Amino acid sequence: MNSILEYFSSLNPMTFLSQLPGNIAQGIIWGLMALGLFITFRLLNFADLTVDGSFATGGAVTAIMIINGSPAWLAALVAVVAGILAGLVTGFLHTGLGIPDILSGILTQIALYSINLNIMGKANLPVSYRNYDLILSASNIKMAILIGLIFAAVIIGLMYWFFGTEMGSTIRSTGSNPDMSKAQGININVAKVIALALSNGVVALSGCLFAQYQGFADINMGRGAIVIGLAAVIIGMVIGDAIFRKKSNFIIKLIFVVIGGILYYIAMGIVLWLKMPTDDTKLFTAVIVALFLAVPNLKEMSKNSFKKAAKRNVKNVKMEAKKTDA
Amino acid sequence: MLEIKDVYKTFNPGTINEKMALRGVELKLNDGDFCTVIGGNGAGKSTMLNSIAGTWPVDNGMILIDGQDVSGLPEHKRASLLGRVFQDPRMGTVADMGIDENLAIAARRGKRRGLAWGVTNAEREKYRELLKQFDLGLENRMTAKVGLLSGGQRQAVTLLMATIKKPKVLLLDEHTAALDPKTAAKVLELSDKIISENNLTALMVTHNMNDAITHGNRLIMMNDGKIILDISGEEKKKLTVATLLAKFKEVSGSSLANDRMLLDS
Repeated sequence: MNSILEYFSSLNPMTFLSQLPGNIAQGIIWGLMALGLFITFRLLNFADLTVDGSFATGGAVTAIMIINGSPAWLAALVAVVAGILAGLVTGFLHTGLGIPDILSGILTQIALYSINLNIMGKANLPVSYRNYDLILSASNIKMAILIGLIFAAVIIGLMYWFFGTEMGSTIRSTGSNPDMSKAQGININVAKVIALALSNGVVALSGCLFAQYQGFADINMGRGAIVIGLAAVIIGMVIGDAIFRKKSNFIIKLIFVVIGGILYYIAMGIVLWLKMPTDDTKLFTAVIVALFLAVPNLKEMSKNSFKKAAKRNVKNVKMEAKKTDA
Repeated sequence: MLEIKDVYKTFNPGTINEKMALRGVELKLNDGDFCTVIGGNGAGKSTMLNSIAGTWPVDNGMILIDGQDVSGLPEHKRASLLGRVFQDPRMGTVADMGIDENLAIAARRGKRRGLAWGVTNAEREKYRELLKQFDLGLENRMTAKVGLLSGGQRQAVTLLMATIKKPKVLLLDEHTAALDPKTAAKVLELSDKIISENNLTALMVTHNMNDAITHGNRLIMMNDGKIILDISGEEKKKLTVATLLAKFKEVSGSSLANDRMLLDS
């Protein structure tokens, strides 16, 4: 009993609040990553595991270029191109060689591990704001949040525009109904490759910003990125749908993907604040994603429950019986 | 004009499931021909339509549309010449996209799709007018997701999609089979109207003998991967279900053992 009291009294709300801005900044950067994942996971209906690798590629390219004297904006541009190339490889494995979607992504991801090591020359590469001009950094969190939001707004705007164009429409129709798309003259292989390339470009941009934010690129920085991205996408979808219901449109969905990223990092902040062991954070991530994935299904199941139908019927019969008695 | 020359197709060759679906199909449709296709299950009706559409390459033979051999072209490259309506209403439309967006995708069949808007306001007005003729109230639901529509409505939208850019050949693969009788009649009526107004060349597979007789100017019957009967003009106008059944027996040497065809008629 005493130990429980001790535990709660040791929790300082101020520590949580002081860490909140940092959580938000990280959440926005990962929200960008989730926007990339949204393209493949939601629009193309393709579980793309390349992102674990391309996120780290974005960070690796950024770190090595900045260290070698490139301006940060150029490093970001090259990081995006590197991500696009990674997406093209996955696209080729899938459409050109006929390898199933998940496997194509895993193959590129594992290949990128070596490529990222080659890019960096070692497993961890520091890029401190003290030595270089960075786009953003954890040393100025308010600024990092602002810059992160600007990036998010630009990417959301670009995505909203692109997926409203003829070419963007082919990607959406390919993800939703490939047979129809072919019958309407769409080359679904091209559509898939474009979507994978764009998605990984955005993911690499997120990796680029994250490496600068944390002040280093690491070979393992992308590990589990797909799950965090999915968490953001799904948390965003569930909450966005709950608030806007049927009024939700494409741009609201995109905004809520980023909000999902922020909420995820706040949840992680709470977990750490509760002094849960850091070793278990991935376990918590998995649990959170599983919960949010389950919510829509559980709702549906409860609506279509046989047990409830039986209870309703019993109740109705009893009511009828009472009426006739009276 | 559509010409099918000596087309063969075998599925799963060399395995225990080997099935020779088409055995030398020959067919020539003139411009403006509306040809109905009947035949038992496994006769090769859908396979013939799929070989025209390019779902897979054929083993042998040529398929000419307007004199151009398309048998070497993949499905998406033939699409500009063809309009298709599938049996399953869910197949022909994208459920997550609006009616306007679906129509806009179809209107760009055969065009390069670039970074122009996927659907413009001018187009929406045009689609609204076209949908009005259907009298299904769809013109007021232009931006509604197609997934919210009923099977009949979806099939009507697919029909419009298939013909919004005038196809050289319209392929209707049992496109009313999944609908209730009243809706099926309505969709058939729409098909008739669209085909005659645009003077389209069309192939319509059906299991309903009455429909096959009353629609179109030509009727072909398939059996065992071949066309065994080809009736057109005055002779078709005089057809009855009974004579059709008798003809089938005469040509194929067996009776038409297909409950569904008999029950439907």
